[in-house]
Amino acid sequence: MSADLRELYQSVILDHNKAPRNFCKPKCANRSAEGINPLCGDQLTVYLTVEDGIVKDVGFSGTGCAISTASASLMTQSIKGKKIEDVEHLFAGFHEMLTSDKLSKTRDEDLGKLSVFSGVREFPMRVKCATLAWHAMTEALHNTGQSATTE
Amino acid sequence: MTAAGGIAVEPADRRGSETARFDPVRARRDFPILQTEGFVFLDSAASAQKPQCVIDAIANCYSKDYANIHRGVYELSARATSNFEAVRATTQRFIGAAEAREIVFVRNTTEALNLIASTYGRQNVGPGDEVLITEMEHHSNIVPWQMLCEEKGAVLRVAPIDGRGALMLDEFEKLLGSRTKIVSVAHISNALGTINPVAEITRLAHARGAVVVVDGAQAVPHHRVDVSALDCDFYALSGHKVFGPTGVGVLYGKASILESMPPYQGGGSMIKTVRFEKTTYADIPQRFEAGTPNIGGIAGFGAALDYVNGLGLDGIAAHECELLAYATDALAEISDLRQIGTAPQRAAVLSFTLDGVHPHDVGSILDHEGVAVRTGHHCAQPVMEHFGVSATVRASFALYNTREDVDALIRALHVVRELFR
Repeated sequence: MSADLRELYQSVILDHNKAPRNFCKPKCANRSAEGINPLCGDQLTVYLTVEDGIVKDVGFSGTGCAISTASASLMTQSIKGKKIEDVEHLFAGFHEMLTSDKLSKTRDEDLGKLSVFSGVREFPMRVKCATLAWHAMTEALHNTGQSATTE
Repeated sequence: MTAAGGIAVEPADRRGSETARFDPVRARRDFPILQTEGFVFLDSAASAQKPQCVIDAIANCYSKDYANIHRGVYELSARATSNFEAVRATTQRFIGAAEAREIVFVRNTTEALNLIASTYGRQNVGPGDEVLITEMEHHSNIVPWQMLCEEKGAVLRVAPIDGRGALMLDEFEKLLGSRTKIVSVAHISNALGTINPVAEITRLAHARGAVVVVDGAQAVPHHRVDVSALDCDFYALSGHKVFGPTGVGVLYGKASILESMPPYQGGGSMIKTVRFEKTTYADIPQRFEAGTPNIGGIAGFGAALDYVNGLGLDGIAAHECELLAYATDALAEISDLRQIGTAPQRAAVLSFTLDGVHPHDVGSILDHEGVAVRTGHHCAQPVMEHFGVSATVRASFALYNTREDVDALIRALHVVRELFR
């Protein structure tokens, strides 16, 4: 099997796909939004408990491919407890990693565990999968009441 | 075989080879894109690849035979017109229509279905009337009827399919009533490969006074279609699925019905006389062909039909049937694979899911291994719902596919299983 397939489906991603973390609706969730990818039928909902500009709790539900499920799972772990502006900064860095060859070094360090998705860059068709939960989370943060779509 | 516009569409050695055994390996050589080393194309149900003769026919049209049609008195325009009308006659023979004027050129199957809904449908469907479709329809054979029913206060009825993805004909019959004005069914399901008993459906519908529309997009590339024998009132197809270019589709309609229908779009070509007080419309089929059509595309479409005729649809159907049986057996060796769509009458479409692996992941890995398949809901979300899945992997076969392609698919599926252990 080729290296870039292994790189795309790293064991961390496969693990989070099989056993997604925070795969539930937090009790005190006060914001939510749905993410839909019409191309492949992925559909998930991100729930947030936002207090004093901080994401106190986060969870998600729905169905999707391994990339979108693992991305949602790892996202919940990386944004919990963070300030809204830090969450937005993190998404910008994550997006840059998926789409750009030149990643600034500071951002790379910020990303931590999320760097397991760097292999997605070689599979441009899958960028939408990796960002679906993040788009939904951004919608939820701004609480626009609309569903996020990757199309 | 005579071809439109002096376009040579068949190698001399294929002429009159209807009775000779169809050779997929040889046919495959006619398709430039399939000469790519390590590329296995299993997505012909979405759109088929194009043989060189189709590509040449389009180029020839633009380089030698092109002018607008039905307009100029000059020789080139007359030639372009006669080439264009020759493709209409080719199409008529290809699907067994009684007359060439029963062939209307449109953009694709979707437009053909929308045309019927917005002309015949608007004219004949009123409040409380019913349109009957099946659960296995492509979105393009659902949404136009929903829009019509919404506009007219009519009711859309859906005949169910069973666990194999076959139409439940007895349930279909029960849903046919005196209010049923239109029955619209797929000849072959794009998501499941199910072949519907269209002649029987037509007989039942006609007995209740409904007209029958057949979405033939998936049938025409694989099986001999004879609309006169089916006795359906309308038949819709797409050129790009039968190895022709995109942007060309066909609506067949019985002449008597087409003649009773109001125009679809207004514009040039579809009129007899235009006065500000009153416009009179052209006879069929021009009444439904407003504006300059896809002249180059229709030249390519004619070449595609000639190409398929030259190979022989009976041989193609036999080859695909054999390939389907081979592939079905081969898929059985993949662990935890669930085949979606196992109707007894089936075309060369294999929809399936793998336990624990999302179809989108399967598709990515297959693509990486050089095998192009479709993943997703295949524009048939109600079918996905019926089988309780959000998406499937779909491998679809055409005349140029071989057992080696199936073997490549199986090897790639083993890679999926290895990754997602």
